[in-house]
Amino acid sequence: MLVPINWLKEYVDIEDIEDRVLSDRLTMTGSHVDSIVSLEKKISKVVTGKIIEMSKHPHAEKLSVAKVDIGSEILQIVTGAKNIEVGDYIPVALHGAVLPDKGIIESSELRGIESQGMMCSYEELGVEDKLIPKESKGGILVFPNEVELGRDIKEVLGLNGQVLDIEITFNRPDCLSIIGIARETAATFNRKLHIPEVIIQNPSEDIHDYINEIRIDSPDLCTRYYAKVIKNVKIGPSPLWMQRKIMDAGMRPVNNIVDATNYVMIETGQPLHAFDLEKMKNRKVIIRRADEDENLMTLDKEIRKLSGDMCVIADESDAQCIGGVMGGYDSEITDNTKLIIMECANFNPKSIRMTSKKLGLRSEASSRNEKALSPQNVSYANERVCQLIEQIEAGTIVGGHIDVGVTKFEEKKATLRPYRCTELLGTHIDTEKMLDILNLLDIKSHFDGSKIVSEIPHFRPDIEQEEDLIEEVGRIYGFENIEPKPLKGVLLKGNKSNLRCFEDGIKNYLSQSEFCEIMTYSFISPKKYDLMNFAEDSHLRESVQIINPLGEDFSSMRTTLLPNMLEVISKNINYGSKSAKLYEIGNIFRSNEFPVTTLPNEISTFCAGIYGKGDFYTLKGVLENIFNKYQIKADFKVLENNPAFHPKRTAAIYVGSVLVGIIGEVHPLTCELFNIKEKVYITEINLEKLISFKSVERKYAAIPKYPSITRDAALVVKDDILVAEILEEIRITSHQLLESVNFFDVYKGAGIEEGHKSIAFSFVFRSKERTLNDEEIGHLFNKIIDHLSEKFDAVLR
Amino acid sequence: MKDQLMNIETEALIRIENAKNSKDLEEIRIQIFGKKGELTLLLRNMGNVSQEDRPLIGKIANEVREKIQDSLEAKKEIIHREQLEQSLKNESIDVTIPGQFIELGHRHPLMQVKEELENLFLSMGYDVVEGPEIDTVENNFDALNAPEDHPSRDMSDTFYISENILLRTQTSPVQIRIMKSQKPPIRIVSAGRTFRFDDVDDTHSPMFHQMECLVVDKGVTLANLKDSIDKFVKTLFGEDMKTRFRPHNFPFTEPSAEVDVSCLKCMGKGCSACSYTGWSMELLGCGMVHPNVLRNCGIDPEIYSGYAFGMGVDRVTMVKYGISDIRLLFDNDVRFLKQF
Repeated sequence: MLVPINWLKEYVDIEDIEDRVLSDRLTMTGSHVDSIVSLEKKISKVVTGKIIEMSKHPHAEKLSVAKVDIGSEILQIVTGAKNIEVGDYIPVALHGAVLPDKGIIESSELRGIESQGMMCSYEELGVEDKLIPKESKGGILVFPNEVELGRDIKEVLGLNGQVLDIEITFNRPDCLSIIGIARETAATFNRKLHIPEVIIQNPSEDIHDYINEIRIDSPDLCTRYYAKVIKNVKIGPSPLWMQRKIMDAGMRPVNNIVDATNYVMIETGQPLHAFDLEKMKNRKVIIRRADEDENLMTLDKEIRKLSGDMCVIADESDAQCIGGVMGGYDSEITDNTKLIIMECANFNPKSIRMTSKKLGLRSEASSRNEKALSPQNVSYANERVCQLIEQIEAGTIVGGHIDVGVTKFEEKKATLRPYRCTELLGTHIDTEKMLDILNLLDIKSHFDGSKIVSEIPHFRPDIEQEEDLIEEVGRIYGFENIEPKPLKGVLLKGNKSNLRCFEDGIKNYLSQSEFCEIMTYSFISPKKYDLMNFAEDSHLRESVQIINPLGEDFSSMRTTLLPNMLEVISKNINYGSKSAKLYEIGNIFRSNEFPVTTLPNEISTFCAGIYGKGDFYTLKGVLENIFNKYQIKADFKVLENNPAFHPKRTAAIYVGSVLVGIIGEVHPLTCELFNIKEKVYITEINLEKLISFKSVERKYAAIPKYPSITRDAALVVKDDILVAEILEEIRITSHQLLESVNFFDVYKGAGIEEGHKSIAFSFVFRSKERTLNDEEIGHLFNKIIDHLSEKFDAVLR
Repeated sequence: MKDQLMNIETEALIRIENAKNSKDLEEIRIQIFGKKGELTLLLRNMGNVSQEDRPLIGKIANEVREKIQDSLEAKKEIIHREQLEQSLKNESIDVTIPGQFIELGHRHPLMQVKEELENLFLSMGYDVVEGPEIDTVENNFDALNAPEDHPSRDMSDTFYISENILLRTQTSPVQIRIMKSQKPPIRIVSAGRTFRFDDVDDTHSPMFHQMECLVVDKGVTLANLKDSIDKFVKTLFGEDMKTRFRPHNFPFTEPSAEVDVSCLKCMGKGCSACSYTGWSMELLGCGMVHPNVLRNCGIDPEIYSGYAFGMGVDRVTMVKYGISDIRLLFDNDVRFLKQF
């Protein structure tokens, strides 16, 4: 909301308050001033003048020579402008004048004729393009009315002072008006508020002579319709003072009638619409729902397709306006309009918002009508605009009005117990002070001995209960005047959930081991499942869908973190990073039913991926470290049938009989689809399953007293024998002196028969009671090797 | 004999003094104390010394031996040190060569900030709790007192899964979940992913992060809220930080305020970044829990009161690290991630 401070001063006496202080204090009482815009322009020596003579330039066809009276003297000015004539009042830049974008203007000779200055356009005076009246665009600024000659243009145009740009919250549409902000200002500075009194001086005839009927057929879309009629309308530019004020508030002057409606909308916050009564068939105004597929050409000459949930203002046969959003082209006010109906209505804000969204039409009017405006304000606003129209002599006001819909309103009350105010704010405020504040805000209040009773004014529908009144008191009293006090109560110890500690623990470990944490969106494109090569019937394709996504790329809640990881890897390869280790912990989403009617399961999931440096075992080692940290005993079982993964380099991860995850090399076809030319290793683990197996309790085991003996053995076995099988066999048949067996190498190639591999283990023997001797261990070791040779058809290398 | 002893001593001490290395010393030791050493040989003749002179000569002989031995030891130590010093000189390395680099991992900057914030509140006695990313309209809007016609409920603002289920637009539904399941006193902090219908640009992302705190107890006041936020802001940004409570409007709190903090660039002096106001706008939103919200959760507002405040974690992260484009947070470029 743009609030010119000079305009604000018409309603509240704040002459003595500096703009900066005004802005700061308003901000601190809840009208947040986003910025202060200065109307000041870099202009000097530009004054008002009147063209008293015009003649053709003797040497240049496109130029003319004007004699301009600036009060003190008459200047000769050569100009190329086409929109001026004798009698026009215009701004003149004198010799040595400064203009915002032109610098210094000097007298000069143009094709042999002396020019003692320059007539200026709005553009040259630095006015924003969108605010310049259409007829003045590209031409000289011609004042709509007589002005005193020789006056400084800055004064005449009001190019001084500042405009506050105030952020208005959803609950305060009453502040989308100068009067609303003036009321806040009055309360903030404890000043009196002056709201203009409305009197129509010379009403003529009666409105019923002009209108046959006004009827609301859709009371759910329009609660109140208040109409006035203006006759003998003379369309023309509005006076300069009116143009300037609406321009300062950010709107473009159009003509006297439209400017007056905009003026009152800015002043009161209540939108109005004036249209040609003679265009209304049978002089009837019917407020109804649009018919399905009804069409209407709006002011901007666009044909709008309407629907049954929109409110239109119609005559006996056709819609003429989209109620509260935009007028129709046919009933638009033109230069020839003589008879006007002035509409001021209260619409259903939700319907307005929907309509303006559906049609892609947002105007100053709709942005106000889509908020809960007071239906009681419509009569004042309409009478006020008629008063202005009368004052600027744009027409004659017809007597009386037609007011239909809800016209009776109940008085709303709320109470405030002063002690509750103290309890909630944590500071004591005198009851008298509370009453003062409320009354300053036009909330008529009195103390009945135990509580404050407040009459809620119609423009404050946001106030419903005690806390709302406490807020009013608190904000005007000033939150900054409330002394901070530490919380009382028992000392509490903060906790984190087990799952969260588990996730944090994993992240801490990974922070020590080259892994970068990534963060990707919870929603993905379902096309990613195709890239992953998931089977058509894979449960991973059963995504929870967003019904109004930002596009397909963000339409499905992910069922796995893998596609995002591959996408990030692909991107990083593209960025030129040769190698990376990445991980993410995030939720995946699963539902048991489609369409979804209950909240889906959100499962905390770990995903890691590496490329460049490292291989399958690097990634597996990381997992095993995590498992060890939490004493989780996991089994890696060969997995050959996951289409996203390499059939020979992938394992399903089990803890006991529970499948907790997968690890493997990404299938080259999947890599191809993600534009990855390198080998990528990736793992995904369900943390909510994994956590049930974790244990952090540790018991000390005595440090061995006696030395150990180590024997290494390399066994040559067929390719398809797994290390896990051999270790398991050793475990089953183990001897109590065998403390541990550790795999340390696998070798294929020269010296090893085709289709075979050599696996090297290290056996550690130890007794708790004595020092072992080589001989007995040699014996035991041989026995083990013999057994393995027999079992796996292995040969000691 | 006595003179001979003294001669051996004098000569030995001179030779020891002149010895260059441990080999010289060893030679001297053998020449004097060896089987055929000068002193050994001389003392073999002790038998020829008269009975009465023997104790004296014996004493002198011992003194001479001790002196020579001490001298040998001392010299040995000196030579050892000299040699060590020499060899250390030859072991010089270039200490300016970069050290061997052990590559560590990197937490995502946003996650670091999120955890830092959570830990801060953890230490102030708040429980860290989490809520689902997909929640009900009831928890996200209705119970939080959002007006039925509030624009934030529109399909153009919020992602819906069904009529009653949505991607949470704020972390506040966690408040509802906690107040419905726990009795006061309640002190929680909750951070996580939130979603709004925003196209991606420099400052917007359809997914972003919020953090939320809630305290409900008997006698909780706005003065307490101010104190908690002051402490939090000072811990996060330093003791010089000031806060400013600006009245605002949120459906779920009454009174409500937005909190500005001293401009991080100029620390309140006024600069171009803060339009010379000295304030950095809207770090967080806060207020006293709306009595309707308490009632919706079965808590009697006549007995209990509470405060809540929340902030954008993405924004704090960007301010803290000077990141100007929110897209960097979601792009996961390792050249970015490795900076943190």
